[in-house]
Amino acid sequence: MKNTPFTQKHIALGAKMAEFAGHNMPISYTGINDEHAAVRNNAGVFDVSHMGEFILKGENALDLIQRVTSNDASKLTPGKAQYSCLPNEQGGIVDDLIVYCIEENKVYMLVVNAGNIQKDWDWISKFNTKNAEMHNISDKTCLLAIQGPNATKILQPLVDTDIMNLKYYTFTKGKFAGVDNVIVSATGYTGAGGVEIYFEDKDGAADKIWDAIFAAGAASGIKPLGLGARDTLRLEMGYCLYGNDIDDTTTPLEGGLGWITKFTKDFTAKDILEKQKAEGVKRKLVGFEMIDRGIPRHDYLIKDAVGSTIGKVTSGTQAPSLGKAVGLGYVATEHASPDSEIFIDIRNTLVKAKVVKAPFV
Amino acid sequence: MNFPANLRYTKDHEWISLEGNVATIGITDFAQHELGDIVYIDVNTLGQTLKAEELFGTVEAVKTVSDLFIPVAGTITKVNSLLEKEPELVNNDPYGKGWMIKMTVSNAADINALMDAAAYQAVVG
Repeated sequence: MKNTPFTQKHIALGAKMAEFAGHNMPISYTGINDEHAAVRNNAGVFDVSHMGEFILKGENALDLIQRVTSNDASKLTPGKAQYSCLPNEQGGIVDDLIVYCIEENKVYMLVVNAGNIQKDWDWISKFNTKNAEMHNISDKTCLLAIQGPNATKILQPLVDTDIMNLKYYTFTKGKFAGVDNVIVSATGYTGAGGVEIYFEDKDGAADKIWDAIFAAGAASGIKPLGLGARDTLRLEMGYCLYGNDIDDTTTPLEGGLGWITKFTKDFTAKDILEKQKAEGVKRKLVGFEMIDRGIPRHDYLIKDAVGSTIGKVTSGTQAPSLGKAVGLGYVATEHASPDSEIFIDIRNTLVKAKVVKAPFV
Repeated sequence: MNFPANLRYTKDHEWISLEGNVATIGITDFAQHELGDIVYIDVNTLGQTLKAEELFGTVEAVKTVSDLFIPVAGTITKVNSLLEKEPELVNNDPYGKGWMIKMTVSNAADINALMDAAAYQAVVG
């Protein structure tokens, strides 16, 4: 099991630790509800250094990215980032990712899921016939997500550039708490505002930045957080989690990711996806909320009123901000419109739920 | 973590205390910590007579769900109604206000077969 540069801090601060994608990660500190509320109402810090980062460089870098991703990376200019996915040859999803444009047509950073680093690397390499320069910088790159409505206000004194007005999915690169070459990106996985910061752990940079963030946020009550709250926060927003809601067998169109699937360019499985779009998908990822008491969990069956299976839950939780249980799942398209009544099979009892449009909050 | 010496414990992380033939049952500090924030408990066996280690309900936490097993044979007589409004009592006071059920035990001596605090402490490390 790998450690992040912050693993020892999490342990020293009393976090409940567990292995996640081969890394020793904090799952919770004070409890999911408490940590969840900290992000919705104030500010908190997630260590997500387990995530993967690739640098793609050279005159063929953009060409390669265009070939392997579904979104149109040619629209990116320096300082802009884009949510995208890597379709496989059947139209399923190898991974979802964020593409950062560092230098237009020259240098890009791809941020991928921790559990898929090797798979993505191999997949992208396979299409790298024009020899774009590729670097896997995952092991030396730190990633902290400082999220919440007060996050940028707390961090602003630590940076030279204006981060309080950074637009969603844009970033700056510069000095952060005295450390050079830190990317501050207005992204996140919580829907609560804030930034994610990327930097190399050298010369004690990880300690320096962690300590500076908690010193700057002490008066505001900034909190360290675990991955449990990250999951409830993303689920309240209806954001997909790779491996749960999308995977090699689900297409971006089925998964509600048509908005990042651009048929104006060529990419892997474009024809298959274009055909699926024209014919219409047979199943759709939908949000739903429980009407009767019960909490949906991954892999519970979704049924209709007479008990026939119409789909499967991919994510579910009690939503801390809402005080009710919500989930995501695939259902046959005829059951996918908002307000459709569906039933979740919870330990052999059919519990009533209804389809609602995400985000839930 | 706290494991009171006056209680008995199961490998499934329930605790039981006995007064006469009336037992009070809940989950341990270790169990509530592992489960995290509890959302509700579901006991559908009120009034039923169960054998030791039979399922008496489930506990739903934000992230997970877990079965609840009866430590010794008996009849379930009461469910803690406080937990309907304040399920977090199970997290905050697992051996006090966070108790889950009361039951009339079939044989009070059965409790002696369960772990004491020291033995349970050794199980959870």
